[in-house]
Amino acid sequence: MRHAISVLVENKAGVLARIANLFSARGYNIDSLAVGETEDPTISRMTIIVRGDERILEQIEKQLNKLVDVIRVSDFLETEHLERDLILIKVTADKNSRLEIMQIVDIFRAKIVDVGSNSVIIEMTGNEEKIKAFVEIVKPFGIKEMVRTGIVAMGRGNK
Amino acid sequence: MKKTGAQILIESLLKEKVEVVFGIPGGVFLPTFDVLYDSPLRFILTRHEQGAAHMAEGYSRASGRIGVCFATSGPGATNLVTGLANANMDSIPMIAITAQVATNLIGNDAFQEADITGITRPVTKHNYLVKDVRDLARTIKEAFYIAQTGRPGPVLIDLPVDVQKAECEFSYPAQVDIRSYRPNYQGHPGQIKKAADLINQAQKPVLYIGGGVITSGAHKEIMALAEKAQLPVIWTLMGIGAFPSAHDLSLGMVGMHGTYSANHATQKSDLIIAVGARFDDRVTGRLDKFAPGAKVIHVDIDPTSISKNIKVDVPIVGDARIIVGELVKLVAKKTKMTDWHKQIEIWKKDFPLTYKKDSKLRAQYVIEQICEITKGNGIITTEVGQNQMWSTQFFKYKTPRSFISSGGLGTMGYGFPAAIGAKVACPDRVVFDIAGDGSIQMNIQELATAVQNKIPVKVAILNNGYLGMVRQWQQLFYKRRYSGTVLSSGNPDFVKVAEAYGAVGIRVEKKSDVRAAIQKAIKIDKPVFLDFKIESEENVFPMVPAGAALDEILQGVA
Repeated sequence: MRHAISVLVENKAGVLARIANLFSARGYNIDSLAVGETEDPTISRMTIIVRGDERILEQIEKQLNKLVDVIRVSDFLETEHLERDLILIKVTADKNSRLEIMQIVDIFRAKIVDVGSNSVIIEMTGNEEKIKAFVEIVKPFGIKEMVRTGIVAMGRGNK
Repeated sequence: MKKTGAQILIESLLKEKVEVVFGIPGGVFLPTFDVLYDSPLRFILTRHEQGAAHMAEGYSRASGRIGVCFATSGPGATNLVTGLANANMDSIPMIAITAQVATNLIGNDAFQEADITGITRPVTKHNYLVKDVRDLARTIKEAFYIAQTGRPGPVLIDLPVDVQKAECEFSYPAQVDIRSYRPNYQGHPGQIKKAADLINQAQKPVLYIGGGVITSGAHKEIMALAEKAQLPVIWTLMGIGAFPSAHDLSLGMVGMHGTYSANHATQKSDLIIAVGARFDDRVTGRLDKFAPGAKVIHVDIDPTSISKNIKVDVPIVGDARIIVGELVKLVAKKTKMTDWHKQIEIWKKDFPLTYKKDSKLRAQYVIEQICEITKGNGIITTEVGQNQMWSTQFFKYKTPRSFISSGGLGTMGYGFPAAIGAKVACPDRVVFDIAGDGSIQMNIQELATAVQNKIPVKVAILNNGYLGMVRQWQQLFYKRRYSGTVLSSGNPDFVKVAEAYGAVGIRVEKKSDVRAAIQKAIKIDKPVFLDFKIESEENVFPMVPAGAALDEILQGVA
């Protein structure tokens, strides 16, 4: 099962290492990890995407809670939430293909943020599925380079 | 008034009522050791930092007060790692202070530099690198608080040499407030009620207690609960002493070398009430065959212990003493001997712990005599292996904090320094390390520490010339191919070793000399090595082979 886990932590050196260690000690690979300050600069939020057996993930969540620097852990598995990832992708684009690429960018509500003589850089945000679909479609043009921020997640509504 | 980091460290330790520190100095620790020179803190110079860590832990376990150790940067700090891992696995509070190279050199591969906060992250409850002297007092206060609250454990503070020299205004904080660390002590009342109902309905209950009972000081509440509800009591290695061995409701230790009655009662029970224990693999045996008919109540301060190995029906997170105290109020008083109690009596009578009682000098006999002569009031520490298992079986413990042994990590070389720490904490009690000839050599250098500081611990070396427990497995499961387990021809003369250090050595080769030798050792006001030349191929029984169910017991008498 895929889990999006949100972890509020003290914004201090060493915290990331402690958290990463919990996953590696169990032999789990983190699919995606995004870290940034929250509205309170002394607190950071980590959004961790991980796949794994339920019981072991329950253990990992308990272990996360046990770390002295962890303030709160929430698993979005059963809550309504939004997920977003930002991607920058450099695609080969010559005279012939540029127009077609621009149309695709429009349809996906992405943006071209840089144009070179034979490539463009496209910026897009979306959830995992949308990004995957977009990447598939531009692949035939030739992807030169790609970078992603990692998924961030937030619960919907008042919660 | 302004103080240096070194002064702040020592004064903060005194504010925490620390009386003794175990350790070894080094180059970057000099500012602190200079302050230590005039301070009322007692410093015990050990001969290896691993010894210092185990001594601090032994001190904690014997007294319930927190042990502290010092080590210098680099190799001094890395030598603490086994001791920290040991304390972490057994949830023992401990503070380790390590010196570090100057802040501007950190990460430069400086002389005697090691990233000790990085290295010890997985084996400490928490750790700190203090880079600004203004953070030092608060950090020490937090460290002591974290180490001793919730599920206790070791906390390490790494202190660069320039921070020891830097100055700032000092006032020791009266309180700590860590927003991300708030242990929960009160159990959930609804869960406690559910647990009491299950206990009242159970036909075949067992009360399974672990180290958490000793940590929280819940032994009186456990006694009240067991007696009121007539619950048969079994314990883990860490729970030894939390309930008196001689009590009618006692079945003994459960697990790989547990008693027949404890293992069978567990397997056939319909309710396991676990308090401060964690269903370790040495306890459960084969998991899918563990106690198939039992519901499980699990009281533990640490939510990660619950439903980790065994699925729990009624989890209760909180302090054992508080929760068991509540349970006592809610359970019904029972007086009748039920069929369950009768069955247990039969198991106890038919399958007691025993050994061959002939004229040969056997390890079990030695431990029984130590128990008798100290009237069960001594503090026993152990190494790891056969010596440890026999010590769980043949010494009848009466009180908590009387048995000190490396449970989770299984550290050979633990018992001797732990005994020294325990004796420092409890100078009026007789302290015996039950050792093997293999284990004792893993920290034998600490004999110098014991002699120099006049710490009269006694060491009973059960000398069989082998790494006995591993040899036992080779005998039982590897066709007696004693690969890498023969010590005998390399063993030193332990009597001469003791004498060379200025301690006393006594060799015992005959069963008939055992009692007199133990009595003599206790009378001598010095560290004593008793070298017992025991039967060399004696085995620890009963035994549940690794991977077998808890009631698939090998009973053989060696």
